[in-house]
Amino acid sequence: MRNLIFFIYKYYVFFMFFILEVAAFMLIYRFNNYQRASFVNYTTGVTSSFYTVVSNTHDYFNLRRVNDSLQIENARLRSELLTSYYKNNFTPTQVNDTLYKQQYEYIPAQVVSNSVTKRNNYITLNRGRLHGIEPEMGVISENGIVGIVMNVSDHYCTVLSLLNNNCKISAKLQKNGAFGSLVWDGDDSKFAALRDVNKHVPLLTNDLIITSNFSTIFPEGIPIGKIYAHSLDAGDNFHTIKVELFTDFSSVSTVYVIRNLLKQEQQDLQATIKQ
Amino acid sequence: MILEIFSYLLRFIAIILLQILVVNNIELSSYINPYIYVAFILTLPVTMKPWQIVFLSFILGAAMDAFSSTPGLHIAATNFMGYMRIHYLRATTTKEDIEGRMVPSISQKGIVWFSVYGFVMVFMHHLVLFFLEIYGFHEFFRTLSRVFVSTLVTLLLIVVGQLLFFRSKKGNG
Repeated sequence: MRNLIFFIYKYYVFFMFFILEVAAFMLIYRFNNYQRASFVNYTTGVTSSFYTVVSNTHDYFNLRRVNDSLQIENARLRSELLTSYYKNNFTPTQVNDTLYKQQYEYIPAQVVSNSVTKRNNYITLNRGRLHGIEPEMGVISENGIVGIVMNVSDHYCTVLSLLNNNCKISAKLQKNGAFGSLVWDGDDSKFAALRDVNKHVPLLTNDLIITSNFSTIFPEGIPIGKIYAHSLDAGDNFHTIKVELFTDFSSVSTVYVIRNLLKQEQQDLQATIKQ
Repeated sequence: MILEIFSYLLRFIAIILLQILVVNNIELSSYINPYIYVAFILTLPVTMKPWQIVFLSFILGAAMDAFSSTPGLHIAATNFMGYMRIHYLRATTTKEDIEGRMVPSISQKGIVWFSVYGFVMVFMHHLVLFFLEIYGFHEFFRTLSRVFVSTLVTLLLIVVGQLLFFRSKKGNG
């Protein structure tokens, strides 16, 4: 027993290092796995309010550019309003409200912190549980998709950016509906890779890639990007596709979080299959 | 003593602010991710007790983790580097160094000694950090080249910072 105490005393630095290192690995294992728990709950109180101050200063200098992009979006939305259509028919139609049930709600949010050059990038938004945000909601910008909500605290949420090793998004080609999964290969924030597209699907550069109808996170048809380059290796069953993303991740500042009102219903139904 | 602790605390806060406000915003390429905050551990005096080094590494890593929402990642890397520093310095310092309360810096040990020391330490830190970030050994060579390039950039920034700010204060680093 005395020898054991002496042994521990002699190598106490090593034991201290070892215990702290194991603790760090346990933290990584527990929290870094996608959607495991909410580390942010413990830290966002201090760090996010700090990042808010930084981001407010940063936003001030970007006001002109943000205004421009919002104005463009407004113009586009305005042109889609019913009032900007010329009424061509003269038989009045009645819209039966029970035919249309709203499925998606959009919650506007501001980016508080962001990165694009790390292998695993995360985004923090200034909206949280109090504003109705929950984990696994989709996030889009005015140009295209941004990522998926990961952890939520009262006033903030962290978003798994599309530019992340753990992010995989179900996508399809707009022209023929061939689907694949979109991942980021870690090189350039402007490009991602579309995997699992079968080799018999004909492709052209500049073909539009949109979200598929398979996920409960994004509505169908949100633009993602366009094909920048594609190739098919001999003996390979799937295309190698490089996608140019519409969202400029290095300057994204205003985003929308998507709430799917029918998500629970769909998931409950699908869960009954597995039982 | 109180003054010394206060000066370390100030340096601790300053280097974290420098990292998250300035260096994290360098967005040149996905291969260049410098983490200069390790300079805090690199330049602690040799007279400091080993457990103090390990403890400070842990605190520094935890602070970085809080700001980058990556639980455990920076702790693991910085803690590993802090522990390795103890052994590296035990092997390379002389008795005069310890009696003279040596601080591992360019002004006291010269640019060549510091560069080798810095490269070994930063490389070990980045090796752990980048491989834990990707969480596996797929993309092995791409991650390894990211480690190399980022290590060189981090070292360059630390050396330039030392030359700029600590040159005149010969003797106390």
